[in-house]
Amino acid sequence: MIEAHGLHKRFGAVTALAGVDFRAQDGRITGLLGPNGAGKSTTLRILYATLAADAGEARVDGEVVSADNTAARARIGVLPHNAGLYPSLSARENVEYFGRLAGLTRIAARARADELIEMLDMQDIATRRAKGFSQGQKIRTALARALVHAPRNLILDEPTNGLDVPAVRKLRSLLVKLRDAGHCILFSSHVMQEVALLCDEAVVITAGRVVATGTPEALRERAGSASFEDAFVALTGEGGI
Amino acid sequence: MRAILTVFAKEFLENLRDRRTVLTALLLGPLFGPIFFSVMLQLSLDRSRVGADETIQLQVINGDAAPNLMAFLKSQRMDIVAAQGNAEKARDLIATRASRLVLEVPADYATRLAAAKPAALRLYSDSSRTGDERYADRVAGVLARYSQQIALQRLTLRGVDPQLLSPVVVNRVDVSTPASRALLLLGMMSFFIVLSMLTGGMYLAIDTTVGERERGTLEPLLATPVPRTHLLLGKLMATCAYMLLSLSITTVALCAALGRLDLEQFGMSANLTPATALSIIAVTAPLVPLLAALMTLIAAWTKSAREAQAWLSIVQLLPTVPLVFASLLNLAPKLSLMLVPSLSQHFLINQLLRAEPVDPLWIIASAASALLLGALLLWPVARLYRSERVLG
Repeated sequence: MIEAHGLHKRFGAVTALAGVDFRAQDGRITGLLGPNGAGKSTTLRILYATLAADAGEARVDGEVVSADNTAARARIGVLPHNAGLYPSLSARENVEYFGRLAGLTRIAARARADELIEMLDMQDIATRRAKGFSQGQKIRTALARALVHAPRNLILDEPTNGLDVPAVRKLRSLLVKLRDAGHCILFSSHVMQEVALLCDEAVVITAGRVVATGTPEALRERAGSASFEDAFVALTGEGGI
Repeated sequence: MRAILTVFAKEFLENLRDRRTVLTALLLGPLFGPIFFSVMLQLSLDRSRVGADETIQLQVINGDAAPNLMAFLKSQRMDIVAAQGNAEKARDLIATRASRLVLEVPADYATRLAAAKPAALRLYSDSSRTGDERYADRVAGVLARYSQQIALQRLTLRGVDPQLLSPVVVNRVDVSTPASRALLLLGMMSFFIVLSMLTGGMYLAIDTTVGERERGTLEPLLATPVPRTHLLLGKLMATCAYMLLSLSITTVALCAALGRLDLEQFGMSANLTPATALSIIAVTAPLVPLLAALMTLIAAWTKSAREAQAWLSIVQLLPTVPLVFASLLNLAPKLSLMLVPSLSQHFLINQLLRAEPVDPLWIIASAASALLLGALLLWPVARLYRSERVLG
């Protein structure tokens, strides 16, 4: 379970977060939805401890998240924006390196990488260096890396960015599988259809504040809109470009 | 602890895969100093051999017009080669490199000399050719002596005391010997050793910090359940390992390259055995963590790899600062100076090279001071890694 309690964050004169509260439950996929610059990435970064909140608190399975609390980080798998793979390491090496960092032995890391390569259909890229990977291959590898230590909670920052339709479908079915296995999955997106299709619970964030939470259905009804897209526009007050 | 080693092994191997970096850090960088050095010393050796006793070949145009001058030149170890032609021919001989020096005796030389009027001679040489200028200087000197000889004779004949012509006499005494000049060069050796050590670690210092941030890999790395200081230590260890490798390669290559030169000719008992190489590596190694931490701190603090590179090239000059001060202030090695990093290594390396006895206390003071400063510098780096500033 991932919880955000009154998260505040400023970068110089810019207020990125002005009190973000929500809860992502186990066995559910929670979508963090908002326009560009709403504070989605900042929220996620605070949740996986690369940023520190000015005020408020993030908790993962009850553990307070901070740069010094490794126990909280051990409970999260992270897929950051743009994957972030080591270009001169192969897909397998990228995954095993993070497995070793998470405390697996060499043998355990190798076995776990085998498992994930099978599960994510990565046989063709396992021994290739990540340098020339397509966006889909990058995301799959980064996802394997996030799952290497079998964390209960998964945080994905815009995971569908740059993926083609088959790749998005694959990712979706995989996340559903993980949810059904009891994982808590939190992902961000600015594509409404995606959130509507994928998540059990949506958290709509705009200008650093949570403006609505609920199932996509409930949000649509609440905004009195026919489509989720209209609901989104109504909720965020984003009336045009 | 295991995470530190995991990070170390990954950074070490990953860098090894970058062929261009390895080439610069472990081959070109470390070998540049030794090659530069042995060439410089060889040149210095050659130069000291071109002494006053060397016979100089001199092409002379119209030498028949000045038999006395020719005889004088021959007596001054000049090998006279007669040539035909005029001024144009003289230029041609130099331009085509057929000759290093050409002396032209104009047609009116003899008549002007007989009339006690200034008789012109033309000496052709190419000063842009390194080394030739020295020969031209010597010939000009010989010609000036010849001129003076004639002047003295003329004055004596006229009953004038020739000493009137020399109210002041300047005697320049250059006490530099080939050996002392070579020692000056050898003094630069420590600088090369430290420089190549820095080059060896520079790429890794950039790559493991700001480079990792630019590639977007720092964020997932910081999200792993590993204490930030452990990540940092693993990275620093990898940088240190490359610096040590670079240091070892340079030192061994330097000792091997200089060992092939005939240093005895300088009257130097330079000590270039494998044991010396090991000792040099050992006294320089304590500098490694300090410089690695310094480079990592600066690289992690910059905004981009490009900026880091610019800053680190300035850092490469930093170890020379104490050396410059020492030579300006004419400092001699003493115990208190062993506390100054880089300077102490410079002194110790030179003592080892000259096979002078080294006080063990000096070695301990030098190592302790460098290691302590390195440990102190770790603190701000670790602080930077614990703050979000490290993400840029």
